Amino acid sequence: MLNYTIRRLLFAVPTLLVISFIIFAILDLAPSDPTGNLPLTIPAEVRAQIREALGLGQPFPIRYMKWLQQFFINEPLNMMEQWWGIQIGDSANRLRVTSWATRSPVVDLIVERMPQTLWVVGMSYVLGILIALPIGVISAYKQYSIFDQIGTFISMIGFSVPTFFTGIVLIVIFSVQLGWLPSIYDTTLQVTDWPSFWKQVKQMMMPVFVLALFNAAQIARFMRSSMLDNLNQDYVRTARAKGLREQTVVLTHVLRNSLIPVVTVIALGIPQVFGGAIITEQIFRVNGLGQLLIIGIEGADIPLVQTLTFIFAVLIVLFNLVADLLYGILDPRIRYD
Amino acid sequence: MGIAALVPVWTVKNLKTVLHTQDGVVHAVNGISFELSEGELLAVVGESGSGKSVTMMSLLQLLPTPPAEIISGSVYFEGKNLLELSTADIRHFRGAKIGFIFQDPMTSLNPVFSVGFQIMEPLREHLGMSKKQARQRAVELLELVGIPSAGDRLNDFPHQFSGGMRQRVVIAIALSCDPKVLIADEPTTALDVTVQAQILELVRDLRQKLGMTIIWITHDLGVAAGIADRVMVMYGGFAVEHADVKEIFKNPRHPYTSALLETLPGHESEGAERLRSIDGQPPDLVIKPVSCPFAPRCAYAQDICRRENPKLTSIENSDADIHEIACWVDIESGSLRK
Ligand SMILES: Nc1ncnc2c1ncn2[C@@H]1O[C@H](COP(=O)(O)OP(=O)(O)O)[C@@H](O)[C@H]1O
Ligand SMILES: [Mg+2]
Repeated sequence: MLNYTIRRLLFAVPTLLVISFIIFAILDLAPSDPTGNLPLTIPAEVRAQIREALGLGQPFPIRYMKWLQQFFINEPLNMMEQWWGIQIGDSANRLRVTSWATRSPVVDLIVERMPQTLWVVGMSYVLGILIALPIGVISAYKQYSIFDQIGTFISMIGFSVPTFFTGIVLIVIFSVQLGWLPSIYDTTLQVTDWPSFWKQVKQMMMPVFVLALFNAAQIARFMRSSMLDNLNQDYVRTARAKGLREQTVVLTHVLRNSLIPVVTVIALGIPQVFGGAIITEQIFRVNGLGQLLIIGIEGADIPLVQTLTFIFAVLIVLFNLVADLLYGILDPRIRYD
Repeated sequence: MGIAALVPVWTVKNLKTVLHTQDGVVHAVNGISFELSEGELLAVVGESGSGKSVTMMSLLQLLPTPPAEIISGSVYFEGKNLLELSTADIRHFRGAKIGFIFQDPMTSLNPVFSVGFQIMEPLREHLGMSKKQARQRAVELLELVGIPSAGDRLNDFPHQFSGGMRQRVVIAIALSCDPKVLIADEPTTALDVTVQAQILELVRDLRQKLGMTIIWITHDLGVAAGIADRVMVMYGGFAVEHADVKEIFKNPRHPYTSALLETLPGHESEGAERLRSIDGQPPDLVIKPVSCPFAPRCAYAQDICRRENPKLTSIENSDADIHEIACWVDIESGSLRK
């Protein structure tokens, strides 16, 4: 298992290099101009100077190599310095990946926005899973029952109605009509006591619900079909013939097998949590990573978009590995040698 | 059979089970009755699809409902009608007093639990053993069914065993709580011939040691000849012939049984080398049986066979304890039975 993990991690390096190159190249090819948003009165020479200052004068391979150095060497060094409060080399002159729009290091922007995304999107993911698993199990066990029909119907809705629609419907009802919940997420809110905690809960409620519904719908469908696959297996009949409680048969024997593919799917979905639910964050004004990406794209802030996209790619590769490893842990038949 | 025959441990009367499927109602079991005496081995023989498994699963309410529905019958065991027990009550019979062995050892064990865990489960459930006791007993059981270095294999998973060894594990599970009755549903069909012989040997051996009452399902009359005291032949969800094992091989009276015997190697009447099979198709169980199910394939069929279904009745002038057939015709004379 350890060998396998190391092999996979080593293999991930060239994969990620190729991905980083493709991301870099595509964004470089995109017809965007960092000075495009500046007032028209600024003369062309000044614009050229600005571009020069951003490093755009250099040829593509140089810029790519520089970005690689900044991202893979300078940023980690910087991070270590911050964590351990030490100084490694000439840190003052070390170049970092810098946003064109704000002139601040991209990584700092990301770190700043990470908590909101993790709270709102992460919470909705966890909540979605917690709702989905029991619903999937019961729906499968009582296939075609009223519970199953309602569950399937809600799943269909959660799955097929886009989050921007459910989000807006909720805002219209609970913020505009009833005035119970705020429609704008306040990032500056500090949770210090019960009232502020309650405020935080209230502002998280709608975005979390919208995303949780979507996640739950997906996972519940998976759980249900995985349970159905297993409920008809011979080993279930054996378990019943042994005189085990129905509860044990379903929740130990069947569930343990059914969870294998579901856990994999859940692990594969985690990068999306970090990616933030772009649309939902936008609707509820949660200034998380999804919103950051949108701002970057709108402002043609190439370094920001490159870095964010690449981080998502890293997470996807990483969680693919995690999913494979989990599979190996959960299923004794899988051997990684 | 002597005195033992007087003590039935198991009485099945007029069991009828249907399966509600998309193609219609499958009449899988159409009124099966039999008795089992203490220590006896009854072989249930019939080709694939004749309702053997459905019969046995019905006895312990092991079929999923729907699609299955037991529409009539009674199964008396220890003074209780098993068909009337609630799911919570029948659980105390399954595995505890009645052991079950299934056909395919490759799929009948749970792939994600160790065999030790799977053997210990019924011990803890029914006998209330502690983990330690159950572990010890599990090792004993694995030794009993002939698994080498049993203690070391407890933590192994099913996929680490060969087919024959897995079937031994399944047998160990079935025997774990010292059941009174063992139901084995084609336990050797999925195995190689040599492994099959080993398993048969094991069961013969265990039977001597433990004195269990056994129902042994097989589609192979040859296997039945080797181990059974009594044989019940099934066709299309009916019992068509039922007799002591010697009698049925010496003196088969139902056309289907005698045709089955002809297909056995070493039984070729014309000295043909190749295995023969019975011409024609097995009956379509979706059609409600009103005539003899074997009539379309039967060489002796007469008008009445296509109109009315014969009941299972004792034949006259037989010296066997039990010999019943469900047939209108006496195949020796070719005329109708009285
Ligand atoms: N779960 C099921 N759903 C529908 N039909 C079934 C099911 N199980 C068995 N049957 C049908 O019942 C009949 C008897 O099957 P079975 O008892 O398994 O035969 P055998 O064990 O003698 O080979 C067959 O026609 C089979 O197709
Ligand atoms: Mg069968």
